[in-house]
Amino acid sequence: MKFLRPPITIAVFLVAWWAITAFTPVPPFMLPTPQSVGAALLAQHDLLFTNTITTLAEILLGLLFGTLLGAVAAIGIVASTTLQRWLMPILVLSQAIPVFALAPLLVLWFGFGITAKIVMTVLVIFFPVTANFADGLRRTDPSLLDLAHTMNAGRTASLRHIRLPAALPALASGLRVATAFAPIGAIIGEWVGASAGLGYVMINANARIQTDLMFAALAILATITITLYQLVDHALRRLLYWAPESQGGGSGRVRWEP
Amino acid sequence: MQPAPAIHIENLASRYGGLTVFEDLTFTMRGGELLVLLGPSGVGKTTLLRMIAGLDAPSAGQITASDGQPLAQRIAYMGQQDLLLPWASLLDNVTLGARLRRQPKNLDLAHNLIGRVGLAGREKALPAQLSGGMRQRAALARTLYEQRPIVLMDEPFSALDTITRARIQDLASELLAGCTTLLITHDPQEACRIGHRLLILAGDPPCLRPPLVVPGPPPRAPDDPAVLQTQGALLRELAA
Repeated sequence: MKFLRPPITIAVFLVAWWAITAFTPVPPFMLPTPQSVGAALLAQHDLLFTNTITTLAEILLGLLFGTLLGAVAAIGIVASTTLQRWLMPILVLSQAIPVFALAPLLVLWFGFGITAKIVMTVLVIFFPVTANFADGLRRTDPSLLDLAHTMNAGRTASLRHIRLPAALPALASGLRVATAFAPIGAIIGEWVGASAGLGYVMINANARIQTDLMFAALAILATITITLYQLVDHALRRLLYWAPESQGGGSGRVRWEP
Repeated sequence: MQPAPAIHIENLASRYGGLTVFEDLTFTMRGGELLVLLGPSGVGKTTLLRMIAGLDAPSAGQITASDGQPLAQRIAYMGQQDLLLPWASLLDNVTLGARLRRQPKNLDLAHNLIGRVGLAGREKALPAQLSGGMRQRAALARTLYEQRPIVLMDEPFSALDTITRARIQDLASELLAGCTTLLITHDPQEACRIGHRLLILAGDPPCLRPPLVVPGPPPRAPDDPAVLQTQGALLRELAA
């Protein structure tokens, strides 16, 4: 039954969608039929494919840099009180200003290319990664640190051999949230100003009332997000095989399986 | 390993935010003996052990070794939880101290100890793949790997079932021979089976009663008359 659930859910969704288009007076330019979206997917596959690659690159690079930056910031915050005093206000400030409001500025600074979107994605995911990882690093079992102390471990050795590995499940939680949020950053960036990408396709399609093409782009984006989340989740479970939450349906994990 | 020194605890006090946990505690852990510390919960046994381990600073008093050398770097500590790192194999857990001190691992010693605690062949197992008794034996091997002359143990076997506990007591008694050991326990039988001398910390304010000496070399059989007799005396003392 577990494997049947996703296809059944998708089938029910498609039938309901089709029923709305067939039996209600909603015009096609507001809600296209599933068939016309499928046709748009096929007819425009070249256009969609090239733009998908752009968006995917933005998401993946944003994820990579955002995770690296977030992890380094978290270690900095935990390792040095001075760094914590300097970094925390910046971190909180970065969340106080809505990323949406920054998007036009980023496009102005970094241009219409991929850079502005990567920066945008980094800004969106930086905070969940840093917050989760820093939290994990701070919550090391004090008994473990006492044990390390009696073994004459220095601060760096304790951090490397005990605190960092112990905080990896927390980093993984941050990374899962980041994976789900990363496409948001890329798409917002593309909406504000871009020359390529799925967000760019959607804005253009919307302006030309090509709703079917817009839905096709949306379907691809949803597929990317879900697939990426599942891949990251699977990889994290394999890497952190020792963590209790990696074994079976533990808490602290959002399952996207319908 | 260096010969185990005696440890003198003099006028030790612990005050916490205006509250006195204990004060004026004076006793000696003789070199190479297993001294058992008993007493009701909340009396400050763990605090005392943490002070000797250098994890908490005493509010007053002194802890000195009979050879005049500092205690730091000569103490191994084993707690109630096994504190095994869940991501590390048994072998890596046993040799944790070497990694933390950036020293090369002494694999011969590690394998020898793993064998002596009966876990040979399980070197690659993760803690989650071991039973509670195995994990505590792994923690014992990790403690012994440190090759410290002074060993501090805070209720190390309290979470184990009776049979497993009896086995690991025998093992600990054998492997800790020659170390100056302080063992906190709530189990009178454990105290009488493996302790050389038993010390009771009780009362309000807490003070130490004169130590009970268990005759005969440890580990003693559970039905050893000396064990049964001391256990009776101990229970009377603890209830008093």
